[in-house]
This record gives sequence, structure tokens and C-alpha cells, in this order.
Amino acid sequence: MLLAVAHPVIPNFGGNASSFACERANRAFCPDWVSRNWGTVLWPALRQHVVLTLIAVSIGFVISTTLALIAYRRRWLERPVLIVTSILYTIPSLALFELLAPLPGFGLSRTTAEVALVSYTLLIMFRNTLTGLREVPADVRDAAAGMGMGPMRSLLRVELPLAAPAIIAGLRIATVTVISLATVASLIDNEGLGVPILTAISNEVFKTELIVAGAMAVGLALFADGLLVLAQRFLTPWTRAA
Amino acid sequence: MHNFSEALRFIGRNGQVPGAPPLPTLVHLTLETLKIAGIGIAISVLIALPVGLWLGHVHKGSFVAINLGNIWRALPSLAVLAIGVAFLGIGLRNVELALVVLAVPPIITNAYVAIDGVDRDVVDAARGMGLTGWEILRKVEIPLGIPLIFAGIRTAALFVVSTTTIAALTGYSGSLGDIINNETSYHLSGVLGAAICIAALALAVELVLAGVQWLMTPRGLKIKAGDDPALTLVPAVADLA
Repeated sequence: MLLAVAHPVIPNFGGNASSFACERANRAFCPDWVSRNWGTVLWPALRQHVVLTLIAVSIGFVISTTLALIAYRRRWLERPVLIVTSILYTIPSLALFELLAPLPGFGLSRTTAEVALVSYTLLIMFRNTLTGLREVPADVRDAAAGMGMGPMRSLLRVELPLAAPAIIAGLRIATVTVISLATVASLIDNEGLGVPILTAISNEVFKTELIVAGAMAVGLALFADGLLVLAQRFLTPWTRAA
Repeated sequence: MHNFSEALRFIGRNGQVPGAPPLPTLVHLTLETLKIAGIGIAISVLIALPVGLWLGHVHKGSFVAINLGNIWRALPSLAVLAIGVAFLGIGLRNVELALVVLAVPPIITNAYVAIDGVDRDVVDAARGMGLTGWEILRKVEIPLGIPLIFAGIRTAALFVVSTTTIAALTGYSGSLGDIINNETSYHLSGVLGAAICIAALALAVELVLAGVQWLMTPRGLKIKAGDDPALTLVPAVADLA
């Protein structure tokens, strides 16, 4: 009896027969697979991706803004910070993840992923914030001083608000960059949208998963960018008139 | 730190693992990486530079040039490679396509902004001196736009080198990324060694391009800039927010 040989072994995707056919043929897009795996694979990966990004961008924002504010007052700091952050930015993500992992306290963990992701945000946000602050016209600063504002009050009430568009522009680039690089970070901490992408490749290049996860990463980046554009409109209403 | 000294030894052995059959040498993989990246950058420059320069010269298409730059930032390289694999299969063709997709937008955007932003008075003066449109582009606009034009090319090159290594994750074999993707054969020391090589390669590419930029920048602009552009490893990307 040779009945058992009739069907090739296919991955156990579950679901009904017609969907199976789509997946067995590895067509470009099998909607049934997506709806079956949304709750277990895609949605959790998207959520992890958002968390990874939020943590990295927040920490990067705090560090780079602090450095920019110091360099704004102490000019000598600008050059060394630019050199170090430029080198960090230049190292390809794949290499940086692998270089950090063997260090004590890192390993294949979220910490490693976040440290690497943060390091890519520093150059962008530091440079934008500092440039934004430097471009505040001297007349405006003088006027603030003339009105009796001290350096701190002038910074908070005049200089930072005027630099806000440049600061938010930096935030936008950093956020989108992190969303992009976090797909590679999956290699290290096994979370985020890189997971379904890498699974799909090892699973005989399963197209639906590749395309959906890839599109979700692009979509997330565009969505985050759009949100930040709205935030900028809301925070700096005076720039709209121009 | 033991791992890192082992990694340096791995580099010293040119990528061979003791007791294992001969593996592709590090030199070979580095050259292959450079070749893949070089082809990608060359194609991208050939496509993008004329388009960006021309759009800037005629001051048209700002919407396209600028939004291209914004969308480009949203493209994760791994996702671009993955979607390409789905349609083209694993191979050099898909890798190069992904490299071009990622490298063309920053080159176009920066070239556009560079030429579009050249002082109109300078262009008028050149026209008044009897220069034709082509001469103005070649003798006035491009030299003045060199810093930004190169900013685009350097940003693109950085992405291309980085993406070439990531291509190994999508099954394409033949770059330094292979070693990182194959810890079973190369062990941790090999993976680290390869990571060091990749980082060094990216920095070297940046420095070489910074040097080329320095050589091509007109003397007047160098004096005006005040500081040494070769030291600013990663150039400012035209900010289009």
C-alpha cells in the first residue's frame, strides 16, 4: 500500500484546504494565512517593534539633547561628540549588534539591541538640536536678555521653542531610522518585525510572511513619521504661517 | 575580552578556522562585499545624479525630490531585501535591486537641494557672462553644490555597505555577512572578526569618499567652511522636514 506518499510534507500552517493550496504554491499573498497568524505572529511582532523603538528613541533623545545643550554653551564639546557619534553611526548595524553581544552584561538580549539602536540616534538628534539652537538669531537672544530673561529662562522660553522644528526634524529621522534598524535587531533579541521576516526566509522563503512583515515595517515607519509631523504642527503653530 | 583577542587572531588567519576545511578568505569576502556595494553605488549614482542635478538646475520637481527623500527614510533595508526575495528569489539581482532602491533617493534629494539652493545671483552673473545652461551647471552649480551632492552619495554608500552585509540574512551568500550568519562554522571569534572587518570597511569607505569630496571641493568653499570636512565622517543630510 503506497497511499501515504500522495502528499508532500508541508509546514503545518493550519486552516482550510483552499488556503493550504495558496500557501503550498507559495503565492505572493495568502490572506487566510495573514488572518490566521495575525494574533499569534504579526501583531505581537508589531507591538514589540513599537516598544523597541519607543525605548531607543526616548533614551537617545535624552542623551543627545543633553549633549547638545552642553555643547551649545561649551563649544569645544561639539567636535569630539560629532566624531564619536559619527563613528557609531557609520558602523553597519549587523556588525554593531554582533560586537556588543559578547560584552559582559549584554548577550543576546534586549539591552544589546537597545544600546545599538540608541547609538544610531545620537548623531542625528545631537546635530539637529545643536544646529537648531545655533540658528536662533542673535537679535532674538539679545531681545530676550533685554527683557530681563536670564540664560535659563531665555533657553526654555525663547531658544528651545525656536529650535523646535529642527529638534523634531531630528526626532523624525531618528525614529524612522530606529524602526528600520530594529528589524535587524531581531537577530539579537528575537523580537520585533524582523522575526517573521527571518522566519519566512528560513521557511523556504515563504512569500506572504515576507511581504506582510516587510510592508508592516514600512507602514509603521510612515505612520510614526506622520505622527511626528502632526506633533510638530501642534507644538509650533507659528511655523505654519510661513 | 578573550573573545575579541580570538577575533583578532581570526582576522590574522585571514578567516580560517583551525581544524576546519579551508573557508573563503577574509580578503576574498571583503573584496566581494566591496564589489557588490560598488556595483550598487555605481548604478545608483548613474541613475540618480543626472536626475537630481537636472531637477535642481531647472528648479522643478521639488515635491518629488523631497518626498522621495522622506519615503526613503521609512524603508527598512531588511524589509526591502525580503520583499525583493519574495519576487525575484535569492540572488545578486535582488541584492543589487535593493541597494539601488535604497541608494537612489538620498542621492537625488541631495543633488536636487544642492543645485536648487545655489545662489540665484551667482547663476545670473554666470548667465550675464554668456555661459550656457550646461556650462552654468558644470562650472558654477555643481562645484558650489559639491558638499551637499557628496553628502547624498556618502549617505547612500553607508546604506549600501550596511545593506550588503544584511543581504546574508536573506540567504544571499558572498559577502562578509556570510560569516556573521554562520556562527556554527566560524564560531563566535569568527563572527566578531567579521563584524570588526565590516565596521572597518564602512569607516574606510566613508573616509575615502570624504577624501574625494575634499579633492573636488573648490578652494574658495574650503576656506569658507573653516574646518576640515574630512573630519566630519557622516555628512549632514539635507534636512527637508
